[in-house]
Amino acid sequence: MANQSDIDASSGKHLAGKYSIVGVGETTYTRGGGRTTRAMATTAIANAMADAGLTADDVDGMLSYSGGDSTPSTFVAGDLGIRLNFYMDVFGGGSSTEALIGIAMGVIEAGMCKTVAIFRSMNGYSQVRIGGTGARSAAPVKGDEIHNRAYGWQSAGQMFAPSFMRHMYDYGTTPEQVAMVKVVHSEHASNNPKAYYKKRFTVDEVLSSRIICKPLHLLDCCVETDNGTCIIVTTTERARDLAKRPAIIQSVVGRCSKPRIDMHYQHGPISTVAGHYAKNILFPNAGLGPEDIDVTAAYDAFTFTSMLQLEDYGFCKKGEGGQYVSSGITRLGGKRPNNTSGGHLCEGYTHGMNMVIENVRQLRAEIDDSCPIGPDGKRQHTYDYREGGCRQVKDVEVTCNMGWANPGTGSAMIMVKG
Amino acid sequence: MTGLTGNHMGMSLSVDDLDIENVAFFGYCAKGDFRLQKCKENGLFRYPPTTRCPFSGSANYEWVSVAPKGTVYSYNEVHHAIQPAFKGKTPYMLLLVELDTQKGQPTEHDGLRVAGNLVTPDGEMAPPEMVKKIGIGSRMRMVFKQVGDGFALPMWTIDENAKQPDKPWRYAQE
Repeated sequence: MANQSDIDASSGKHLAGKYSIVGVGETTYTRGGGRTTRAMATTAIANAMADAGLTADDVDGMLSYSGGDSTPSTFVAGDLGIRLNFYMDVFGGGSSTEALIGIAMGVIEAGMCKTVAIFRSMNGYSQVRIGGTGARSAAPVKGDEIHNRAYGWQSAGQMFAPSFMRHMYDYGTTPEQVAMVKVVHSEHASNNPKAYYKKRFTVDEVLSSRIICKPLHLLDCCVETDNGTCIIVTTTERARDLAKRPAIIQSVVGRCSKPRIDMHYQHGPISTVAGHYAKNILFPNAGLGPEDIDVTAAYDAFTFTSMLQLEDYGFCKKGEGGQYVSSGITRLGGKRPNNTSGGHLCEGYTHGMNMVIENVRQLRAEIDDSCPIGPDGKRQHTYDYREGGCRQVKDVEVTCNMGWANPGTGSAMIMVKG
Repeated sequence: MTGLTGNHMGMSLSVDDLDIENVAFFGYCAKGDFRLQKCKENGLFRYPPTTRCPFSGSANYEWVSVAPKGTVYSYNEVHHAIQPAFKGKTPYMLLLVELDTQKGQPTEHDGLRVAGNLVTPDGEMAPPEMVKKIGIGSRMRMVFKQVGDGFALPMWTIDENAKQPDKPWRYAQE
């Protein structure tokens, strides 16, 4: 077997800066919103088009992802009066966001279309539950699935737990350190009027919530919500004529994986995740390093997933993720805030979209918190991060998203201010 | 060759007849014989069943018996079951047991880490007091749970004849 860590997967640098995110939009993050995935997708896309200053005639590409729990692009485009030159509906959940942004860049580069709307629409609470409960948990167990589902090894938390456990074993990571991820993200969510959970939590509250699947307490797990989200990608050249300051894509990584992704636990160390490989594409292609990043968004399906990724992408030394997430660095007002919207643990569950949307707004200095709006129509950010206050980070130049599918697969993206 | 059908704690299990690798794997288990595919090119075992060798890419293999013993490499311990079959069975453990065979081969990071629940020696889901004894480092032996005609699942129980660690590593909170 080739030693895959030695393969240079970084590509030519000619696309760095050539593409941008020009529009973002979402529905409310809710439970029991009472809308179809079709209706939510159209709302999110319409909001993103309005944000960008684009009309139906300007959008000619569409990408979506789902686990069979959404509505295809064909119906959604029809609703919006969009004639498509390209569309594709992809199977997948977490880590799809950045991967599809990369695909959008590729199809535009290939001359297949000019502007792509990427959407994810899901009733993750009221229809197909993201925790894997309901009909999916009772489905017959077939073929390769017997090696996991027959053992009650099915939900995301159950599947990932051996990695989390092994990290504690290998490095002495403590439950108190990991709980700080929830504490910090809940602080951020308390300054986010859109967040489903706005309450601030303490370490004790996390550790005294009931155990779901060791080492995960209830409050180590993300929220299940119903929502639609959209991100619009086009060339940076076109972006200059649009309504908002573009978030320029410096580099992107899509579903980069560890060896043996058929069952990644066969290749260790299992306390190392896909970011270990992804960082070798992400940073060289951007011409930047972890020290250049002002704001991170490390996918928080669970507290552990944020910590493991921050560590393996090199924001701290290997094994020191527990110290990093409990040091205050990741807080608003800290050196490098993480998931300033509250992320999946608190704002809403979108399979990664809301974390990209948040970083686009951070780069625009247009975070939608409760700060007053001035006479110029712009929010007057106070940078006072107390509960109910500001969420905008000062002088954001560079952001980093780290998407997660499972310990073995991840995606990532670096954006810079336009 | 025909496929396999079975039932485990109320779960319907099936392997399609085209899935010859899984049919063979679970079929050997039903005979109490733990076999893995051994590549004819490099002599390496692999788990779970695959159509080609992950280390050589070769499609040529034979099924060879492997000593069904090893050490707990990592685990999860489920307290809130989501599958109906596992409600009322909590807490239950999913163990990844690293076999003694081929440990640290072909690279120091590789090993045959075989999944299974912690069960009693007769193959029933372990009671809570048994769950509390097991952690990373525990020595385990395989038992087979018959789930259908010619169809059994590999499971793990405590290896009573092995030297056990004084205190296997367990998650801090009981």
